[in-house]
Amino acid sequence: MNRITHTFQTLRMQGRKALIGYLTVGDPNLKTSERNIRLALASGLDILELGVPFSDPTADGPSIQAAGQRALASGVNLKQILAMAARLRRTSKVPMILFSYANPLFRYGYDALCRDAARAGLDGFLVVDLPFEESAELRVPMKRHGLLFIQLIAPTTSPERARRLLAEADGFVYYILVKGVTGTRKRIVFDTKKNIDRLRTCTALPIAAGFGISDGEQARAAARHADAVVVGSALVEAARAGRLAKLVRELATAVHKA
Amino acid sequence: MKHEPDARGHFGPYGGRYVAETLMPALIELEQAYRKAMKDPAFNKLFHAILRDYVGRPSPLYLAERLTKAYGGARLYLKREDLNHTGAHKINNTIGQALLARRMGKTRLMAETGAGQHGVATATAAALFGMECEVFMGTEDIRRQAPNVQRMQFLGATVHPVHSGTATLKDAMSEAMRAWVARVDDTFYVIGSVAGPHPYPSMVRAFQSVIGTEARAQILEKTGCLPNMVIACVGGGSNAAGIFSAFLDDTKVRLVGVEAAGFGIRTGKHAASIGAGRIGILHGAKSYLLQDDDGQVQNAHSVSAGLDYPGVGPQHAHWADSARVKYCSITDTEALRAFDDLTRLEGILPALESSHALAEAKKRARKLGARATIVINLSGRGDKDLDNIMAYKQKHRKQ
Repeated sequence: MNRITHTFQTLRMQGRKALIGYLTVGDPNLKTSERNIRLALASGLDILELGVPFSDPTADGPSIQAAGQRALASGVNLKQILAMAARLRRTSKVPMILFSYANPLFRYGYDALCRDAARAGLDGFLVVDLPFEESAELRVPMKRHGLLFIQLIAPTTSPERARRLLAEADGFVYYILVKGVTGTRKRIVFDTKKNIDRLRTCTALPIAAGFGISDGEQARAAARHADAVVVGSALVEAARAGRLAKLVRELATAVHKA
Repeated sequence: MKHEPDARGHFGPYGGRYVAETLMPALIELEQAYRKAMKDPAFNKLFHAILRDYVGRPSPLYLAERLTKAYGGARLYLKREDLNHTGAHKINNTIGQALLARRMGKTRLMAETGAGQHGVATATAAALFGMECEVFMGTEDIRRQAPNVQRMQFLGATVHPVHSGTATLKDAMSEAMRAWVARVDDTFYVIGSVAGPHPYPSMVRAFQSVIGTEARAQILEKTGCLPNMVIACVGGGSNAAGIFSAFLDDTKVRLVGVEAAGFGIRTGKHAASIGAGRIGILHGAKSYLLQDDDGQVQNAHSVSAGLDYPGVGPQHAHWADSARVKYCSITDTEALRAFDDLTRLEGILPALESSHALAEAKKRARKLGARATIVINLSGRGDKDLDNIMAYKQKHRKQ
């Protein structure tokens, strides 16, 4: 069984929610980034998203944009990211998802990528700018290599569309909480309950909620309705400020107790 | 040859819709509204009435006799898009999209701009229809196209400076896409080229096809036959797609798209996505793209802000593969010489973008011979470029 599915099953049996954390790989360089990722894993992440930096991140806010710029300036590439994933896999059983824009994956070559990612111990991909309609090209080799294609659902996605998209989804659903780019927000108008309840009628998969969550309080509020909470920009900022472990512990406590 | 994309916006392997899920419903809604509008005679009537009475269409097709003599060969006809209201072809498209926005009940227009021509054209349409307007523009372009920034502001638009990346058109477009995600309910994103996700490439071409339709009828009227060649510059490729569209089935008419070679293709500082790029995915579509081996988008370079973009419209990629259109490139220096030629010989100041098409005509006129005719799309006027040209000439005088 895929580690993602296994993790959600285990957590569901324990009656716990999951904390999913995103970090841009290579920010500010490969070595520091690997240390931060290990720190986050040790502090309570249930699932890890490894962010592939991209020159033109059209769905990201200032924090992840800047992280990507720093990572690219340090010269990191997908090959090195896969090698890091393999190193992490030697010591961790946490599910790992490659979080990327389409072009770096496309340039690597979808077949070669799926082979190398599976070998490195990755469990799935989340591709921000690859909507369902364009995804077949990637989903076919992913399936062959036992990787899960994580489907994003937005507040703008109609229930009919969600049902169609989720018919072939696997692992979990990533529900985007806000209309906008990634990044922390002081106040999120959470229609979380209504939207997630509606999404439950479209799928039996676990639902992870993300975009805009930055602290324990927001995470707890989201975790009350979702099965998992995703935090990205806030982790990137915390890593910069040297308080990553503290934030991950705070978030994990909030999510696990929700 | 098929000219329309498939149901999901693919031109062969190119095009499509590579955007975040948040935008997908908006694109599907846009596509449906667009299809409906194009079938509505009232919409088309209104669009063409505005093009006639407000934009000043049809734009003339002008036989440039002194330029023809100087270039020593084919008769050179200029399609005078520079005479349109706001000074470039861009207005054809923004009128079309603003009308569509109004039909869809959107109250805000948003645009990216490089040279500022599309920004000005969008701000103009917004003023005309009483809509709010926001324009995203790279700080580097704000510097080299200052007059257009002021024009947009006078027209009531808010200009957002974009500092990220190279601070040019590519980054302006990325920022516009981010802003659109946040305001997708009430905002219509007016893309200025035949680029971006479906339906933009075919929609923008449709609104710009008026250039080709007019040019074809005009050349037939003036000469009694079709031209041997049609030349247009290609950044994203909207003026080229617009003029080519009427000649696609005239297989004897050679179509030539001119990319910006900047300092020269071999220097790596250019904007020739078709000439020197590889297939990739950027800003919602699959097409030729300037990128490194890791799939990171590379910076384009051109003296012309409107051509300074590392990608190209997906249909151009398809035309390049099928060889229906031949693509070549012109350096900064060649374009500036052509700018001087037209200015001195005809009293017409061409935009630096259009100067690339003129420079290509210079190379081909003699070989085609005096009995041949070339139609050159003079896509815009050069007033916006004067400071930039002056600076360039001062910098390169000693070299």
